[in-house]
Amino acid sequence: MSDTPIPISTTLRSPAAAETAPRSASEAAPASKISVRDLSFFYGEHQALYHNDVEIAPSTVTAIIGPSGCGKSTHIRAYNRIFELYGKDRATGAVLLDGENVLGPDVDVIELRRKVGMIFQKPTVFPQSVFENVAYGLRIHFRLSRAEMAERVEKALRAAALWDEVRDKLSQPGAALSGGQQQRLCMARALAVEPEVLLMDEPTSAIDPVATAKIEDTVQDLKASYTIVIVTHNMQQAARISDYTAFFYGGRVVEFGPTRQIFTKPNQRQTEDYITGRFG
Amino acid sequence: MKRRSRELRKLKDLLVKLCSMGAALTGIVFLFWILSEVAIRGGSALNWALVTETPPPPGGTGGGVAPAILGTVYMMALGALLGVPPGLLTGVYLSEFARGNRFGAIVRFMINMMMGVPSIIMGLFVYAVLVLTLGHFSGYAGGVALALLILPIVARTTEDMLALVPNTLRESALALGAARWRVTIGVVFRSAQSGLLTGVLLAVARVSGETAPLLFTSLNSPYWPQSLNQPTANLTTTIFNFAMSPYHSWQATAWGASLLITAAVLLVTILTRLMLQGSKR
Ligand SMILES: Nc1ncnc2c1ncn2[C@@H]1O[C@H](COP(=O)(O)OP(=O)(O)OP(=O)(O)O)[C@@H](O)[C@H]1O
Ligand SMILES: [Mg+2]
Repeated sequence: MSDTPIPISTTLRSPAAAETAPRSASEAAPASKISVRDLSFFYGEHQALYHNDVEIAPSTVTAIIGPSGCGKSTHIRAYNRIFELYGKDRATGAVLLDGENVLGPDVDVIELRRKVGMIFQKPTVFPQSVFENVAYGLRIHFRLSRAEMAERVEKALRAAALWDEVRDKLSQPGAALSGGQQQRLCMARALAVEPEVLLMDEPTSAIDPVATAKIEDTVQDLKASYTIVIVTHNMQQAARISDYTAFFYGGRVVEFGPTRQIFTKPNQRQTEDYITGRFG
Repeated sequence: MKRRSRELRKLKDLLVKLCSMGAALTGIVFLFWILSEVAIRGGSALNWALVTETPPPPGGTGGGVAPAILGTVYMMALGALLGVPPGLLTGVYLSEFARGNRFGAIVRFMINMMMGVPSIIMGLFVYAVLVLTLGHFSGYAGGVALALLILPIVARTTEDMLALVPNTLRESALALGAARWRVTIGVVFRSAQSGLLTGVLLAVARVSGETAPLLFTSLNSPYWPQSLNQPTANLTTTIFNFAMSPYHSWQATAWGASLLITAAVLLVTILTRLMLQGSKR
């Protein structure tokens, strides 16, 4: 963990709405964008998640924190069923998106993934031009005229705060951008298909502080129209940008609540120890 | 505990180093020897007639191997046409759809076996299946034999090249809602593009020097190839026939043809190297 104490009080935003939001599952049911109910996950024989319960309200940023290997990535990878790329892995329990279980057998996975976008730890630019990278998802889900396509690509690049930097480079290969720009290109690509939820797995761990700040700003701007879940190892980042925080340990959700409360008066000893850097 | 002598260890180090370096040098020496022999002997047989005219009659002088060049190109094209697509698809299957599954492991094993089958056996097989049933040697049979040699090489290199594409790239495309085939063609293939092309070219270059599979299939012919449905002239069998003949002019022509084929394979190999380096930057 970081060795300098974290000035939580100065970095914390005041999510007034967050603190008054209903918390218990029964109360929250209509208000939740995503309800995770008793989610367990198995990599073959190895169980990586145990009975996770999380309620995520719409238009909020939820941070997922916890030591390495505690199951943060595994948890959010269930939301868009991306784990299915590998045959032997399976999830039990339910992840309700607007009340519908995304783990159900009849779910249209392609439409699910349009609604639930994902940003990975390292930028994953496709070997194509900047423009085609952003257009990739659009071509899958929509039939658009050239003009409409150009318009939606620009809109997505603007949303990811990248437009001004790449407007003259649209036909250049995406790989020619800097690491931070590449990560925002990936955000633009995910935003282009107008998802409702954005999952981010340590999106800033591979890029420099300036680029990180830009991405954090972007997340703040996006919050109004998207529900965002972000995995991070950076406590300041979690405190700065999230409304809710879930602390994971050993595949379990140890504590989940408003970020301010988790960082100032956590209920669990483990949470406090982790946040203050006493273990990890 | 007795300490081992430091000097002795150093000496052993040196010895192993010298031996391995010597072995490497021997290989290179032979390569250059072969190349220079082919270049010198083939070079003196090199002239315009070699690549434009039909072969001289036994004992006669002049003439060339133009029909054989054409026949080789035709049969290689047919071999590539028949062998490359299934090779690519097999590689795609192994890398994208059969990771860690049992059937995939079986297919992979078979492909490795197929790569190890001596090319003369492939020739015999096609002879039995095609030549005997059709009743005559043909360029088509030659093409099929070459395709059978190309297929496993392309399958293997394709799998290896696709395996180099990071999984996170596949996941990002899937996470956007892309179907598996779209990810494979649009993202995975595109990422591995230059590697795949290299694999195909190297497979073709390697197989272009094969003689044994053609001996029983296309046979050879002194005439211009009119159709692939008859015995078809080709470089390697021509070299084989001419080099074994008692006529000096034919032997010289064989050297000339050897130079042509060696130069072509070398050129393709160097080109693919350059392409790979170009794409890595
Ligand atoms: N593909 C896999 N096969 C088997 N076990 C896996 C696989 N991926 C992860 N695990 C295991 O599942 C557990 C949770 O892993 P996960 O990647 O979700 O952790 P994480 O919290 O995201 O860690 P990090 O902070 O290092 O990214 C770990 O014990 C890990 O070893
Ligand atoms: Mg992780």
